[in-house]
Amino acid sequence: MSGHSTWPEWVYVGVVIALLCYVGAEAWNIERIIEHVPEDAEIIKVTGQQWIWTFEHEDGTKEIGELHVEKGKAYKFEITSKDVIHSFNIHDYVVLLDAVPGRVNTVWFSPTDVGEFDIQCREYCGLIHYNMRGTLIVEDKGA
Amino acid sequence: MVLELQKPRPIWQIMFSTHHTDVGLLYLITSLAFMFMGGALALLLRVELFSPGVQIIADSMTYNRIFTVHGTTLIFLFILPSASAFGNYLVPIMVRFKDMAYPKLNAVAFWMIPPAGALIWLGFADFTWYAYPTYSVISAPGPAADMWIFGLKILGVSSILGSINFVVTIMKCKHPDLPLSKMPLLAWAYLTSSLITLVAVPTFAAALLMLLTDRLGASGFFNPAMGGDPIAYQHLFWFTFHPEVYILVIPAIGFMYEIFPRFSRKPIFSHSSGVAAFTLLTIVGFASWAHHMYATGMSFTEKTVFMVGTLAAVPASAMHTFNFLATMWGGRIKFATPIMWAVGGIALFFSAGAGGVVNSAMPLDFITHDSYWVVGHFHLFVMGTILFGTVGFVYYFFPYVTGRMYSEVLGKVHFILSFVGTVLVFFTQHILGLFGMPRRIYDYPPIPEWVQMNIIISIGAFIIGIGMAIFLVNLIWSSAKGKPADMDDPFGLGGKYYFPYQAKNPSH
Ligand code: HEM
Ligand SMILES: [Cu+2]
Ligand SMILES: [Cu+2]
Repeated sequence: MSGHSTWPEWVYVGVVIALLCYVGAEAWNIERIIEHVPEDAEIIKVTGQQWIWTFEHEDGTKEIGELHVEKGKAYKFEITSKDVIHSFNIHDYVVLLDAVPGRVNTVWFSPTDVGEFDIQCREYCGLIHYNMRGTLIVEDKGA
Repeated sequence: MVLELQKPRPIWQIMFSTHHTDVGLLYLITSLAFMFMGGALALLLRVELFSPGVQIIADSMTYNRIFTVHGTTLIFLFILPSASAFGNYLVPIMVRFKDMAYPKLNAVAFWMIPPAGALIWLGFADFTWYAYPTYSVISAPGPAADMWIFGLKILGVSSILGSINFVVTIMKCKHPDLPLSKMPLLAWAYLTSSLITLVAVPTFAAALLMLLTDRLGASGFFNPAMGGDPIAYQHLFWFTFHPEVYILVIPAIGFMYEIFPRFSRKPIFSHSSGVAAFTLLTIVGFASWAHHMYATGMSFTEKTVFMVGTLAAVPASAMHTFNFLATMWGGRIKFATPIMWAVGGIALFFSAGAGGVVNSAMPLDFITHDSYWVVGHFHLFVMGTILFGTVGFVYYFFPYVTGRMYSEVLGKVHFILSFVGTVLVFFTQHILGLFGMPRRIYDYPPIPEWVQMNIIISIGAFIIGIGMAIFLVNLIWSSAKGKPADMDDPFGLGGKYYFPYQAKNPSH
């Protein structure tokens, strides 16, 4: 060694490792909690295809490009695709999961605000990927 | 250091040469040409995104083709060849051998690049630089897609051959008086990045063949309609390309390990820490590939494993940053153009790493994934760190190759424009991602925040573009008309600092 002390580097590396451990532990814990699906979540089947989203509710009603849900209820999306990989995204509710042909991916959410929110595709899927958009409409049936 | 070009020779003598400095020069010119070409495509994209609606690109397919070729070009035809360029010049000198271990193989590896580049540019595929099935199998238009696959195949073989050459040159041809542990850190960068290449790249080479036979309908590896699994491709792809990001960044870190001690007129703070960080990254870099795939529907356990693997690689990068700053600390720094680029590079490297940690924390990745955040993140590496390190090194190297000095004023203007532009473009893209704008879109709805940020980003991109135009002028003008460099010490650093290696190449 060239005669200088190395302890500042060890301290620095120690601090970096401590921060990373904190981030990792916190992320693990939060993900564990938010992945827990409530028992009473209603199932909505989401199908991506070039370049539209279709939705099927538990009672069999179907919607294209628009999705109506009720404020305060829990919903579980079962997401798949008919052709290429898409990614189902409601950014305002941090819902993001790939629609993969041959697989069903699930994620749940519970809308807290009444109003309209953007639905979009976040995985490149060809010609009209940029406009594979839809609208989530949250209504308040109780009021 | 004698790097030949000062005695002019006809171009074909350089083209048919197998001498390492000639091959290095070919790599350098090719990679810079592709840098300007790929950058020009980026400017087209930024004009189109300047505001909602159609600007200059008539249809989305053209837009999609442009960003695909932009990404492919800059990763495979600029960054990789520019790293090989300096490796060719310097690795033999640093290990004190007369040439690369296999000079003919070396020339072959280089000459695979132009045809591959031609396939990629003449095809102009649209399926993004990662060509995910099933889109790439059932939907992407040929023959562009097939030409891209062949082009990448050739580039993969080229980088494997180049890596074999670096590993053998270092391990077998190194001067017996020079222990591996004392070898310069830039040579360590080539050793480790070449080892990563040899382990990582064959996987993608296999995946490309499977993709091709799938496209031909002869197999269904990735096609669920034929019993295959598209996610399998993503695993093969990222098993290669997460390590590949380290293949790209390690040589740039190596350049900084040359620049900082030289221009700080002080030895590297800790040589052994640099070696340790390179080695650590080489190993741990293989434990994180699926952090690109959290949103494909991975289980909680899988996500956790890859998050931990990703975080485990971060300290290695942090060690480099420390080493650079500690090297500058207390040095007699000469702020010439090369070290300015390197200092800018560390600042952006640090920001990029911090963003990467956010990506790797699984709940946060569902906000950032496939949004403009990710575009900002990896550009802070590929542009902010790698291009900055490389361009700084191009300036540093300029007098040795041409025998002339570049214009210091233009070099500094280029740096300032690039730094300001890079911050404007890629920091803003992080925020735009938080506002939910997906990447790879040709047009977007007029959401006010999106519009404002896209304008800022496009302006930043034009600033970078102006800087790059100045760079081009500086390169061409100075290599013909620049003032002759003092070849004993072109940067006036004081003889013993400017080049510590045995300068004369014994065979010349
Ligand atoms: C501190 C080190 C790093 C960390 C923690 C990190 C983390 C991540 C994570 C988690 C992602 C996935 C984000 C997503 O798609 O949602 C990502 C994407 C990416 N990173 Fe990094 N990264 C690091 C270093 C690098 C380096 C050194 C490079 C390149 C030289 C790089 C290039 C990329 C690229 C190209 C992507 C996006 C690929 C794509 O989707 O097209 N990263 N990074
Ligand atoms: Cu899409
Ligand atoms: Cu990665």
